Amino acid sequence: MEFKRVVITGVGTVNPLGNTVNDFWENLKNGVSGAAPITRFDASKHRTQFACEVKNFDVEEYVERKEARKYDLYTQYAMAAATQAMDDSGLNLDEIDHDRAGVIWGAGIGGLQTFYEETKNYREENPRFSPFFIPKMIANIAGGLISIKYHFRGPNFTTVTACASASHAMIEAFNMIRLGKAKIMITGGSEAAVNQAGVAGFNSMRAISTRNDDPKTASRPFDKDRDGFVIGEGSGAFIFEEYESAKKRGAKIYAEMIGGGMSADAYHMTAPDPEGHGAQLVMKWALEDAGILPENVDYINVHGTSTPLGDIAESKAIQKAFGEHALKISISSTKSMTGHLLGAAGAVEGLACIQAMREGIIPPTINHFTDDPEIDNRLDFTFNVAKERPVNIAVSNTFGFGGHNATLVFKKF
Amino acid sequence: MSDVAAKVKAIIVDKLGVDESEVTNEASFTNDLGADSLDTVELIMEFEKEFDLAIPDDQAEKISTVGEAIAHIEQATK
Repeated sequence: MEFKRVVITGVGTVNPLGNTVNDFWENLKNGVSGAAPITRFDASKHRTQFACEVKNFDVEEYVERKEARKYDLYTQYAMAAATQAMDDSGLNLDEIDHDRAGVIWGAGIGGLQTFYEETKNYREENPRFSPFFIPKMIANIAGGLISIKYHFRGPNFTTVTACASASHAMIEAFNMIRLGKAKIMITGGSEAAVNQAGVAGFNSMRAISTRNDDPKTASRPFDKDRDGFVIGEGSGAFIFEEYESAKKRGAKIYAEMIGGGMSADAYHMTAPDPEGHGAQLVMKWALEDAGILPENVDYINVHGTSTPLGDIAESKAIQKAFGEHALKISISSTKSMTGHLLGAAGAVEGLACIQAMREGIIPPTINHFTDDPEIDNRLDFTFNVAKERPVNIAVSNTFGFGGHNATLVFKKF
Repeated sequence: MSDVAAKVKAIIVDKLGVDESEVTNEASFTNDLGADSLDTVELIMEFEKEFDLAIPDDQAEKISTVGEAIAHIEQATK
């Protein structure tokens, strides 16, 4: 069977750097940090008191107030990005085959705020939960609600692989079209974990930065003094479309998705394999799936969360997967600016890859002060300032707790 | 309007996102005010919380209009 080609015809996002793709990209290439003291709740007693929050978000631009009340924030972010992407695509809902249109969404946690609020209000003497507790909280409801909005009756499920969730969703959406199971897919991911449970939970794991005196420099991937990731939040959405139908309707085409890889570390609940075997493997499978060679890759948007162990393991994995060519690739961790969007990371970083290809600009890894002797400083991490460089092939890595790895491969169109 | 009626109507306006003028005594939660089965359960739970009472399921099932809710609560809180 011949695979169908898959192109991206619509994009959308709500994230700490902007509530549209254009605002996000402007800030990203200019090296702007999205980190600031937490405003969502009183964090004064938490070990970490800052995050990369979404700013000035008005859900009523996308969902009626009475409906929005039934959506956890992670779902509100999902509806916003998906709506932007659908509007952007120019698809005519009266003309498409709704039975061949689907949604595969990613969410790492789901309705954490809802879970926290409802369990906090629980009383033993009157054991009741809101009827909206379960449907608001479950990690698959965003994808369900997107399908309801657009009457998409094709394949629909949600991938839950922590910080690799959106990337797994995008690979599955890509496969649905590639295999001829769908013509149009809405895909991406969303997360909203900047709340008491998210911050305290990651704090206890010693996973997030505690640089409270200087939030904007806290996310410093590959720097010697990095001390954990910075929690981000938001969403990214894409319209994936079968190439021939997209061409026929004269759609604007952002880029082509040409491959995806998946692997597991099979090593530890939360720590990465220090040698990066799983990470090396996922990049290898992704290139193989795309039918390209390591030498074809121009840019890698790395997972690079700014954790002490993860950044070393990933840099080793890149050198193993790409050999000598690793030194010629432009690498950057946009998490240095957006923070770590957890289950939405792969989607927002996919957007960064697409914009990098369209404009020939590599967004930077900001906050580099001191080289880490454990990381090969010949690798080009695009430290501190963006760089002009034509990009034909861009790769995005995401790795999730549980050892889930996913890598996406995009090609300039 | 009684105190109970005013509070009941305020809860309905808030939870169902409807206009106050639509919340007449005759209005049915599902047929007139756009509530689904989950909304209806949530309304009953809000009434219980606001008026500090328990509405058993067999009685809750009989409350389908604004007026029926007000009557039930007025009776129960007498």
